[in-house]
Amino acid sequence: MIHRNLLSYRGARYLWWSLGLIVASCILYVTQGDAQPPNGGTWQGYVLGTVGALLIVWLTLLGIRKRRYSSTMGTVQGWTSAHVYLGSALIVVATLHSGLQIGWNLHTFAYVLMCVVILSGFFGLYTYMSYPQLISKNREGGARAELFAELFELDRNARAVASRCAPDVAIAVDSSIERTTLGGGIYSQLFSRDDSYFVRGAGKPVRNTDQQQVIDFVGARLPRAAKGAEAANLQQLIVLLCRRQAVLRRIRRDIRLYGWLKIWLYFHVPVTIALLVALVLHIIVTFFYW
Amino acid sequence: MYQIAIIGAGPAGLSAAARAAARDRQARRSSPSYILLEGFSAHAKTIQRYQKGKHVMAEPGFLDLRSDLGFGAGSREKILSAWSDGLSQLNVNIRYNAEVRKIGGGKGAFSIQLVSGEVIQAAFVVLAIGLEGNPRKLGTPGEDLARVQYQLDDPKEFSNETILVVGAGDSAIENALALAEQNDVWILNRGKEFSRAKDANLNAVVAAITDPRRRLNCYYETSIKSVTQTGGAVPLTVVMQTPAGEKTVQCHRIIARLGAIPPRKFVESIGIKFPNERADAIPALSRHYESNVPGVYIIGSLAGFPLIKQAMNQGYDVVEFINGNDVKPADHPLLEYQFFGLPFERTVDEIVERFQTLIPMFREMNALAFRELVIESDLMVAFPPGAEFEDARRRMAQLQKKLAKKDPQPRMTRVIREGEVIYQPGEFGTSFFTIVDGEVLLEATGPQKIRTRLGRGEFFGEMSLLSGRPRLEKAIAGPGCILVETPRRTMLKLMNSNEEVRSGIDWIFIVRELQRHFAPFASLRELRNIATRVTLRKLKAGEVLFAEGETGDSLFVLRSGAITLLRRQGEADQLVSQVRSGQLIGEMALMGDPIRRETATANVAAELIEIKRREFLELTRRDDARLDPLQKDVSRRVVDKARMQVRPEAGTLMNFLMDEGLGEATNVLVIDEALCVGCDNCEKACAETHQGVSRLDREAGATFGNIHIPISCRHCEQPHCMKDCPPNALRRSETGEVYINETCIGCGNCEANCPYGVIRMVYDAPKKPGLVSWMIFAMGSGPGEQPDYKPSAKSKEKGKKATKCDACVGIKGGPACVRACPTGAAIRIGPEQFVDLVEERKR
Repeated sequence: MIHRNLLSYRGARYLWWSLGLIVASCILYVTQGDAQPPNGGTWQGYVLGTVGALLIVWLTLLGIRKRRYSSTMGTVQGWTSAHVYLGSALIVVATLHSGLQIGWNLHTFAYVLMCVVILSGFFGLYTYMSYPQLISKNREGGARAELFAELFELDRNARAVASRCAPDVAIAVDSSIERTTLGGGIYSQLFSRDDSYFVRGAGKPVRNTDQQQVIDFVGARLPRAAKGAEAANLQQLIVLLCRRQAVLRRIRRDIRLYGWLKIWLYFHVPVTIALLVALVLHIIVTFFYW
Repeated sequence: MYQIAIIGAGPAGLSAAARAAARDRQARRSSPSYILLEGFSAHAKTIQRYQKGKHVMAEPGFLDLRSDLGFGAGSREKILSAWSDGLSQLNVNIRYNAEVRKIGGGKGAFSIQLVSGEVIQAAFVVLAIGLEGNPRKLGTPGEDLARVQYQLDDPKEFSNETILVVGAGDSAIENALALAEQNDVWILNRGKEFSRAKDANLNAVVAAITDPRRRLNCYYETSIKSVTQTGGAVPLTVVMQTPAGEKTVQCHRIIARLGAIPPRKFVESIGIKFPNERADAIPALSRHYESNVPGVYIIGSLAGFPLIKQAMNQGYDVVEFINGNDVKPADHPLLEYQFFGLPFERTVDEIVERFQTLIPMFREMNALAFRELVIESDLMVAFPPGAEFEDARRRMAQLQKKLAKKDPQPRMTRVIREGEVIYQPGEFGTSFFTIVDGEVLLEATGPQKIRTRLGRGEFFGEMSLLSGRPRLEKAIAGPGCILVETPRRTMLKLMNSNEEVRSGIDWIFIVRELQRHFAPFASLRELRNIATRVTLRKLKAGEVLFAEGETGDSLFVLRSGAITLLRRQGEADQLVSQVRSGQLIGEMALMGDPIRRETATANVAAELIEIKRREFLELTRRDDARLDPLQKDVSRRVVDKARMQVRPEAGTLMNFLMDEGLGEATNVLVIDEALCVGCDNCEKACAETHQGVSRLDREAGATFGNIHIPISCRHCEQPHCMKDCPPNALRRSETGEVYINETCIGCGNCEANCPYGVIRMVYDAPKKPGLVSWMIFAMGSGPGEQPDYKPSAKSKEKGKKATKCDACVGIKGGPACVRACPTGAAIRIGPEQFVDLVEERKR
């Protein structure tokens, strides 16, 4: 046991820090008197608000610390571990600060933004904890480039074998290779959309999702093969196409998993910036009431 | 009849000829007293062949140039033109295309026969022919035709020609592949396959030959019988012997890359003796560079001095020596600085001579080699704390002030206090110490503090030198001690050329290992006898030391390398233990169980000391033998092996690590793929902390289960990269990191020598903007490496330099790659943690 993940970093040291913070915040909350309902305006509310605001600023600093490569201020893993635990505690701190006074106003807007950021962080944490394992298993020790190298090799071989078969088979295989799609836009990557087509006979291109149709097409030709050599070629072709299908599935899965692993940050970070703006406005507006 | 014939117009020969020319001019001689003979058609053949614009370094920086020709760091063109200017200015008597076939006669009347048949008479001969040798020719009629070439400077020079490339080595393959870009190339291989080539070249050439779209084809088992110039559009007619019989083809040109004839045969034909059969042996020379054949002098790389400046200085000096002028060599002041702090006053030559007589092991060395050894070493002198020490310190400080302007600073005497620690256990020492005077105290670590006193003529530090392991003991400067600290590289060079030194060091290593493992209180004298009876075994990678089920009658101490122990389990071999240098193997055979329970195989090249039963009993029968810890070690190892045996998956993982060469690693980057999110922050951190170039490739490298070993330096026990670095730019720090310092000349030897592909040759990357100017003002490129950067004109002129991981030596907080990993996937570990790595892993 030599590698430590984010959550168990240093025996989950920051879990205890954040639990301490939560307990302290709760104590502060219940000491608010009966003069007015618990809210952000009591001195306890101000303390909670200040702690929450400082926490938000500190949490965003991770983006800077991550890029200060020669910094010796802790390790990035330590910072990230603390980011996760203290970021989670922020929900409690901010909720207690709000005193659950929800309304259609800027303050609630800032609160909602914060919740969105934290929830997207939870999703990110989930992907960080579980997807690398899935990606590693899916790649079976190789890199993505190796999968593509194998795919291109299969393409070449399939074309070579197909060229020795009947023209319609050759056209079907060639077109299925040419019209295989991988990746694409955000949606296609995240949901493994497959817009593959192939040309069957003289007709228009038909859908070839997951390469199944072209395999079926070549398979259907097999019983009608005239010569022994043709049958052998077709059989070899089917093996190649099936292997190609398997490799494509694997690449598609890799793209999908990797996509999810990356995409949340493209949400988490911009919303964080929006949150910072909202937070500043929230603080300014608060002081107008003062 | 000339006074001096200089053979070879490289830096050494040119400088010698220039000195002779200058002397002639001084003496107002009308005809030259010397002749410079060069087999090639231009001077400085090797440097001419460098790529255009290559930057040539002027190492070592602290040595002054002494020559009638100019030389300083600069581009190849600048240096070559400075030399040809010098040659014409001094009107040097140089004869090109004058290859020497034979040298006969003796001092005062040598007759030098050229290939052309002409004979030149000279009183003295200076050999400055370098190590490269002449290219091997075809050996068939037509081998000297202009269109039969033995080198290829620029493959782009030719296009749409039919070219035959003869040879099956790396240079033939590389030339053929490059030429095939725009020519029709046939490669002629005398054998059935390309077995001599590097793997990368082998794969590339076979792929190109089988690819119908490439313009490269191969004739196997084919040799040339004759070449004739027939004229016409395709001017050469070549008759070849193929397996199918004789065949005649037409081509435009032949590029023959058949290797070089090493100059040693030629040198030996003159009567010059080499100390041994090793390929890198250097002939014995006097202080004046004179060989065992009176009147024949050897300078430059053939004399063991590969750097340009050294060679040029020797060229100057040798002509002065021949003329009876006993000048002080250019390195004389260096020795003066080194001896400056000694507590006695003598001339430099006297001190060198005295040192040599004081150290028995070095007595048989030739004077020149010993002098070089001292120049490359550090001298340490211990003074009693107090006034004497302060005074010595002050004197050195004054000298330092005087030399402050010299950059880099030459080595000076290192003044230490008596009682000061020379090294601590655990430090990665790379040097070897010889005691010239006084005493040194060695203090072994472990349960008992065992102290050994060493005196004049003795040496220590051999264990780290031979095995690459960190120091095991503490060394303390004793009263009046004067030490020569010799760097590893110099020592290895010496061991290769001097049998005396090699056996001396081998012997003390064995004695100290016996002492450490079995009889810590035995004196050297007692152990000497036993040491002569144990044998040294060498294994190549993959060789088997002993097999499971055999009966054994000896145990082994692993001196260097790594050994895997495998147990047969059902159908498969199961790894149960990994033995590293300094540990025992097969000890059970002498401790109750004569049957070998494992098969021992070397992972990497290994050296072992074999101890037979009789010697073992002799060692352990002593009253003060170290039996208890030995037995404890043995039972711990038996348990460890059993534990590994019952968990096959751990053994498989360990096997994978060993296959990846981690058996010789001291510090390796291991990534847990189950944690790695592929953010490449490790690479970015590496680039950002190392001048914009990452020294690791995260994605490349092998994976087993979750464990990924990226392409990154492992800081081997015996670094392959350090083997052959001309300016000695590759260093190992005390904490073990292997790094490259700024004296790198960009030769690429280390890149070629590293079996793990972790060294790259790169141009300097452009300077990075600060984070803020990048983020807000969009200046330059962002954090991390920009792999397609355009090198600036300045960095192009400087040329490509080797870069490798230095494990962030000198950077606070440790390796940046590890500190920058947000998920904890990247760690750097040493071999002692491999067991933890393969232990049942849960998070």
